[in-house]
Amino acid sequence: MTSASLSRWLLVGEWRAHVAQVLVALIAIAIGVAMAYSIHLINTAAFNEFSAASKHLSGQADMQVRGRKAYFDESLYPWLANQKDVAVANPMLELDVAVVGKQSIRSDQKLKILGIDMFRAAQISPDLLGLPAQGKTLDRLASDTIFLSPAAMEWLQVQQDDELQVYAGLHTLTLRVAGGLVRARAGQRLAVMDIGAMQWRFEQLGLLSRIELKLQPGVNHHAFKARLAEELGSSYWVTEAADQELRVENMSRAYRINLNMLALVALFTGAFLVFSAQALSVIRRRQQFALLRVLGVTRVQLLRQMITEGIFLGALGSLLGLSLGYLIAVMAIQFLDGNLGSSFFPGVKPGIFFDPIAAMLFFGIGLCVTLIGSIVPAMEAARTRPALALRAGSEHAVIEKLASPWPALICLGGALLFTQLPPILELPVFGYLAIMLLLIGGIALMPRFTAGFFSFLTARLHRYQIGAVSALVLARLTNAPSQAAMALGGILASFSLMVAMAIMVMSFRVSIDHWLGQVLPADLYVRVATTGDQGGFQVTQQQDIAGLAGIERVDLFRTQQLILDASRPEITLFARPIDGNDPRNTLPLTDDVIASGSLPEGVMPMWVSEAMVDLYGYRVGERVQFPVGASFHEFVVVGIWRDYGRQFGAVQIQLADYQRLSGDLSINTAAIWLRHGMTVDTAIEDMRRLDFGSALEISRSSDMRALSLKIFDRSFAVTYVLETVAVIIGLLGVGASFSAQTLARAKEFGMLRHVGMTRRQILAMLAAEGGLLTALGTTLGFVLGWSISLILIFIVNPQSFHWTMQLYVPWSWLLAVALLMLISAALTALMAGRQAVSGQVIRAVKEDW
Amino acid sequence: MKMIQKRGKFEYAKFMLTWLLLITFLSMETLADEPMTRLRPVVPDHHLSFPHDYGAHQDFRIEWWYITGWLESGDNKPLGFQVTFFRYATDQNHDNPSHFAAKYLIIAHLALSDPSAGKLMHQEKTLREGFGLAYAKQGNTDVKLDDWYLVREDNGRYQVDMRADEFGLQLSLAPTQAVLLQGDEGFSRKGPKPEQASYYYSEPHLRVTGTVFRNNKPVAVNGSAWLDHEWSTAYLDSDADGWDWVGANLDDGSALMAFQIRGKNGGKVWAYAALRDPSGEVRFFNPDQVEFTPLRTWKSPHTEAVYPVAMHIRTDDIEWRLTPMLDDQELDSRQSTGAVYWEGAVTLTKNQQPAGRGYLELTGYVRPLAL
Repeated sequence: MTSASLSRWLLVGEWRAHVAQVLVALIAIAIGVAMAYSIHLINTAAFNEFSAASKHLSGQADMQVRGRKAYFDESLYPWLANQKDVAVANPMLELDVAVVGKQSIRSDQKLKILGIDMFRAAQISPDLLGLPAQGKTLDRLASDTIFLSPAAMEWLQVQQDDELQVYAGLHTLTLRVAGGLVRARAGQRLAVMDIGAMQWRFEQLGLLSRIELKLQPGVNHHAFKARLAEELGSSYWVTEAADQELRVENMSRAYRINLNMLALVALFTGAFLVFSAQALSVIRRRQQFALLRVLGVTRVQLLRQMITEGIFLGALGSLLGLSLGYLIAVMAIQFLDGNLGSSFFPGVKPGIFFDPIAAMLFFGIGLCVTLIGSIVPAMEAARTRPALALRAGSEHAVIEKLASPWPALICLGGALLFTQLPPILELPVFGYLAIMLLLIGGIALMPRFTAGFFSFLTARLHRYQIGAVSALVLARLTNAPSQAAMALGGILASFSLMVAMAIMVMSFRVSIDHWLGQVLPADLYVRVATTGDQGGFQVTQQQDIAGLAGIERVDLFRTQQLILDASRPEITLFARPIDGNDPRNTLPLTDDVIASGSLPEGVMPMWVSEAMVDLYGYRVGERVQFPVGASFHEFVVVGIWRDYGRQFGAVQIQLADYQRLSGDLSINTAAIWLRHGMTVDTAIEDMRRLDFGSALEISRSSDMRALSLKIFDRSFAVTYVLETVAVIIGLLGVGASFSAQTLARAKEFGMLRHVGMTRRQILAMLAAEGGLLTALGTTLGFVLGWSISLILIFIVNPQSFHWTMQLYVPWSWLLAVALLMLISAALTALMAGRQAVSGQVIRAVKEDW
Repeated sequence: MKMIQKRGKFEYAKFMLTWLLLITFLSMETLADEPMTRLRPVVPDHHLSFPHDYGAHQDFRIEWWYITGWLESGDNKPLGFQVTFFRYATDQNHDNPSHFAAKYLIIAHLALSDPSAGKLMHQEKTLREGFGLAYAKQGNTDVKLDDWYLVREDNGRYQVDMRADEFGLQLSLAPTQAVLLQGDEGFSRKGPKPEQASYYYSEPHLRVTGTVFRNNKPVAVNGSAWLDHEWSTAYLDSDADGWDWVGANLDDGSALMAFQIRGKNGGKVWAYAALRDPSGEVRFFNPDQVEFTPLRTWKSPHTEAVYPVAMHIRTDDIEWRLTPMLDDQELDSRQSTGAVYWEGAVTLTKNQQPAGRGYLELTGYVRPLAL
């Protein structure tokens, strides 16, 4: 027999004999790889599509000039066009416009319209030109026409020559769909109008969003960019394509990476299952291996055999996982969208592309995880002295070695240390490392802990009459802690992760709910679908609203998008009346506040969101130069508020300061408190009767709260799925390791039957063992999970998304899951036991001697 | 006769009746639908007044300044050139206060015929008027499109500067003769109906000096050119299909302009010719007296259109023969404005005697591709 065929024979024989365990390990790996790979595929596809779509909008432009505010004066256009190094200057006006009949609050329900000068765009981004009907070329310049991409037509249910109604401030505007676009990316929702028509129709006269530049051949881009940036000053940004990509990348990076991490955690759980499956298989085959050694197989050959088994398992599981992951990704894109429930990538329809490098990477990760899981048992199998192993009853020497506490303690210590380290590249790398170390350390400590706990229990219960079964259970758990721990590894890993996620999501949800209560104190919120940078309500309309009957108080908000750093997404500026005596009445402030009395006279206060502190370094007490209106003004940061709505940063200033500095009296939102006795419905009816009433977007604060929480739940839907998968893998692990152990203990059961125990008693013993172990596992899992949730809440979240939250533990839910796990573990143990004691008592005992 | 049809879409070409080009390029239907209240019609018995009429006429739909000529560089090799600036009223956005409102478009064509290159080089640009980047001013000829411009100085001299990536020109054109009013004191009919007409004057025998750029190398040139300035609102007879036009500076100082409008049935819808002798006497020819007869055709390898590049023209008792400087003087801009026409430098004989040089324009010859 050659060594290759021996190897094959051993592998096939083992797998055939223990199909269920091999399958569980295989499924665990496959699911782990599939989740990680599909999330990677979906995210990459969505991100690539989104950035390709953004790039598509700028065509072959070398550079872009943008204002610090979202819109700037058009006088820059002729100035740039006349620069001698500039070959083409392409002015653009971009608006996200609310469409009649679509929900207008959500950004992904708005239609992106680009205003272009077709003659300039033709030279830089010819794809954006409209395709009018035959002989109607002039439609491209008309002031009542709009051109839609195929995806936009489908979304809006319109065709060429149909009418499309959109909101322009307080008015409704009817446009004629004059045709499609020369080329749009599949799924890209986009509309194009003439720039002059758009300025006029959407009341954006004199404003542009950006100017794209194509430089003369031979001009040094770098030097030109530097010179232009200097000449334009701080009110404008000059960016190249690479900068814009960075901006898009920054927008969704934290989200994407955190999701990937979560998927990897599922895979990590799979590793424990492989470990326990392989370790048990090694125990079971001790005699087999010893025999082989005696027959002349060397240590190295044996090690190679075990590793080969691991490689086969890993390769098969990873391949299965890759195909499954690809399938999941394709289905998810097909039936959901590329957002995975979030809204980072609006208006695109990505396609999944097979990328061999990524596939190889995930294959490699799956394989590595399996190998790590099988290498320790393999080493042990190779190390055992055959003479010893041939004798029965030395099984748990196999894994006793793992019980040295030092590596585990070092892991825990490392975890503690890592929680103190700052993020790398704005990512909570050390946070995730700490979670991993915590898990490894916790699991590695399990045997010791199990032994300690059960010997303690035995000692305490020794005084009482506890009966043969209980005594046996305790003796077993006390004296074979490693085997017990192995079964627990899976439970511990999955349950602790589930606990961690549950606590984190719950804390987040409760914090948001609480926060919504604080930021939405009024009864009603009235907005107009904003177009561009202008607040929709002018002074007369503000007065009309305030003058309605039954209104106790009206707070006016002005919001604006600003770019403070060209490589980062926009921040939001809120100008509103803020209670000067106690800003806490208006804002959800953290404790880091300057008391209003201690401010010097004449300084303008500013409250910044937590993201501003992390991303732009704003500190309480600091004086900052901030652009309001046409120029920069000095503000003092007097407080930090929680903002779960905008992870890229937001600041709040007094509306009076804003209006004085900018001269802009328009506003976006009115928060309305009703007088006692006035019903919300009557108030809404009254507002609808105003002559601009139909364009108003009126929301009750309760509805907004409900909507926000719905969006929240939608965004976390994927994490729920991942959690469930982790739990299922964990339970599979429990089942697999219990059945393996009970099968391996067939001799023991045979022995017990011989000394007079009934089958019922043995089964009771197994159920008790399973129940006790799981109880311990879930308790420990809870402690571990709680620690991990602290890392998630206080390190990972603030570092990734720049918001902090309070800790809330969903006790009842966790108890329910723990109970469920307990019952299913006991049941699994029972079922495995039934098989082990099913009448082959004599054979079981015989087998050994 | 012919109609430019591309992917089922009718598109004409340009020149003296260039509105045709633009009208179709920029939509025929829109015009037909709209009442022309804002734009003025061309009427007889209107007296042109200079210098005002050198400038732009914003009340009319279309207007162009068109210059063609023959140039010679130091090595005595002849070159032909064509420069055209159009102003077109879109008749849209008239109440749009935006500075981007596309009320008027400025379009420019530049072409250079070089026998040594064997074909026409051409370039064109279009922009909406505004921001001082593109305009056609009133009061005197002053048209600009990015860095291309045509300006008439107070002394009557024109300055042209048009440079593209691979070629360009910078010319100064000085008048040597009086302005030639076409038709009836500048009222030039284009068809059987009286409203089918334009205001039209020419400046023949402009003396040219300047520089031609080839592959970014400047070459000093001089020569003689012909300028047309024409504006109108009405368009051609619906039966019209294209036109043949010639403008020539004759060696004895005379100037000849002749055109015919071809109908869809192949016949002549309208024709006209004017011959001014060196003393300034102008002889006008009515449609019956003017006859165009193709002598030789050339099939374009680019568009498969067949152009009568050598032409025989009879104006009453005078026989003219036109021979092209080179065959391939087709201007194919289907990639941009969509216009395709033949615009070429030609030499003329008058009653079999060499007589001078000019430019021939042939439009409406692109046939739909046979499938």
